[in-house]
Amino acid sequence: MAITFEHVGYTYQADTPLATPALDDVSLTVPDHGYLAVIGHTGSGKSTLIQQLNALLKPTTGQLTVDEFTITPTTTNADLKPLRQHVGMVFQFPESQLFEETIQKDIAFGPQNFGMAEADALALADQTLTQVGLDASYAQRSPFELSGGQMRRVAIAGVLAMHPQVLVLDEPTAGLDPQGRQEMMALFDRLHREQGMTIVLVTHQMEDVAQYAEQVAVMRQGKLVKAGTPQEIFGDPDWLRANQLDVPRAAQFAQDLTAHGVTWPQGLPLTASALADQLAAQWPKGGAAHV
Amino acid sequence: MSKFLFGRYLPLDSIVHRLDPRNKLMLSFCYIILVFLANNWLSYVILIAFTLGAIRASTIRLGFFLRGIRPLIWLILFTVALQLLFSPAGGHVYWHWAFINITQFGVINAGYIFIRFLLIIMMSTLLTLSTQPLDIATGLASLMKPLRWVKVPVDTLAMMLSIALRFVPTLMDEAQKIMNAQRARGVDFGEGGLFKQAKSLLPLMVPLFMSAFNRAEDLSIAMEARGYQDSDHRSQYRILTWQRRDTVTWVLFAVGLALILICRRW
Repeated sequence: MAITFEHVGYTYQADTPLATPALDDVSLTVPDHGYLAVIGHTGSGKSTLIQQLNALLKPTTGQLTVDEFTITPTTTNADLKPLRQHVGMVFQFPESQLFEETIQKDIAFGPQNFGMAEADALALADQTLTQVGLDASYAQRSPFELSGGQMRRVAIAGVLAMHPQVLVLDEPTAGLDPQGRQEMMALFDRLHREQGMTIVLVTHQMEDVAQYAEQVAVMRQGKLVKAGTPQEIFGDPDWLRANQLDVPRAAQFAQDLTAHGVTWPQGLPLTASALADQLAAQWPKGGAAHV
Repeated sequence: MSKFLFGRYLPLDSIVHRLDPRNKLMLSFCYIILVFLANNWLSYVILIAFTLGAIRASTIRLGFFLRGIRPLIWLILFTVALQLLFSPAGGHVYWHWAFINITQFGVINAGYIFIRFLLIIMMSTLLTLSTQPLDIATGLASLMKPLRWVKVPVDTLAMMLSIALRFVPTLMDEAQKIMNAQRARGVDFGEGGLFKQAKSLLPLMVPLFMSAFNRAEDLSIAMEARGYQDSDHRSQYRILTWQRRDTVTWVLFAVGLALILICRRW
């Protein structure tokens, strides 16, 4: 099993009058090469949960395992460096982490920290730059002259260059235009399918969850309230709305069609293409009657 | 860091919390003068009684308070030790080695310094614990008003101060976030030699400055869009009012001052 949370709890500023519990007894398993989406209302503990994955925060109770690494409340910082390379983290608005003089140097910064020689790291930086959709002419420019969307790509390239086995994404497409969003999500999907990367995605975009994720975890007030396949989670739209979450637009539309007598023999479709497939399969019968 | 109380605000609702911030600032300032006026044990007993009374009135638990100022004790002890070891000769000499004298004079002086430090730190901690930063800024601005007559741009300074205070927590969050992001890219903060440690601050400082500049630009544009032109010629939303309890604190202060002047050895 790639990632296993066992009764993980986390409290901010533990043992002070300002202590705030953020995670409460979370148990969850993500298989090797899995794709987990974490959803939940703002402040439900999603970001705290994923920061456990590379031990930026260590659990105050319980333990978690990420491949060959085990993180307990007593794990010391000395053992964490290989883990940090193994688990790549893309934070919210990662463009704020850029600092080098050139884009190439900034992307090479991560690999160099983990011991790669400078020349190799710079070559790797050029490769990664094209991977995120910027051409080689950007390599020698300053990261601060780019647009917000391009800075985001450079920041993500800086994480991908470390060749992590597990990629953790905290709202990677927030604030991007629709095309940029699609391109980035497609890139992560490609990394997942072609290189077998395990992906953990925190997002408020239910369309992305429905289209890409294999597993969904729903957080509320620091607790894991539901986990399952997208089909299981979105199959109960009323429960989701009661938890201040939403269903993908395609599922919403499909549910509205149900009220007009359309049935879904293969289960409620979650994406536009699944919806179209099911409608097309039913079309000839009804369509022929009207001709 | 999380256990360090100096400079933090603790939201409670006591009579000390409700006092006018201008009043509290002036009182804290005058209190320091009072501490330096005291020069014998009886006057210090009076001061300690007043200080403990003020802390009690703020409803902050004394144990919590003392734990919060404990990190500063090393600074105090360092000063006290210097005073103790290097005092000029005077009174009975207890111990002597090379140029180090422990004298009666030195011991008494060190005791005074210790109490003075402790009292001043306790009172200023009480000030920040019981007053919201924005109230301190408003209070300071209001107290600085007379400086307008000597051409000091008081309103601009007040605006700068309130913006600075407003952005302290935001920049701290930002710094924490950037630090985490760089840690995830393999930076070890606070490890290795001095040079390595200083170098590892670069990936934190550069983005932090950039983000502060960007914020400043966004904020100034947003302020202009909302009709801001200069700091003068503006009305005030936060109006401070002097209440009867504020007058009472000055009566108490006057009593304390009188007692100390009576006890003082001239």
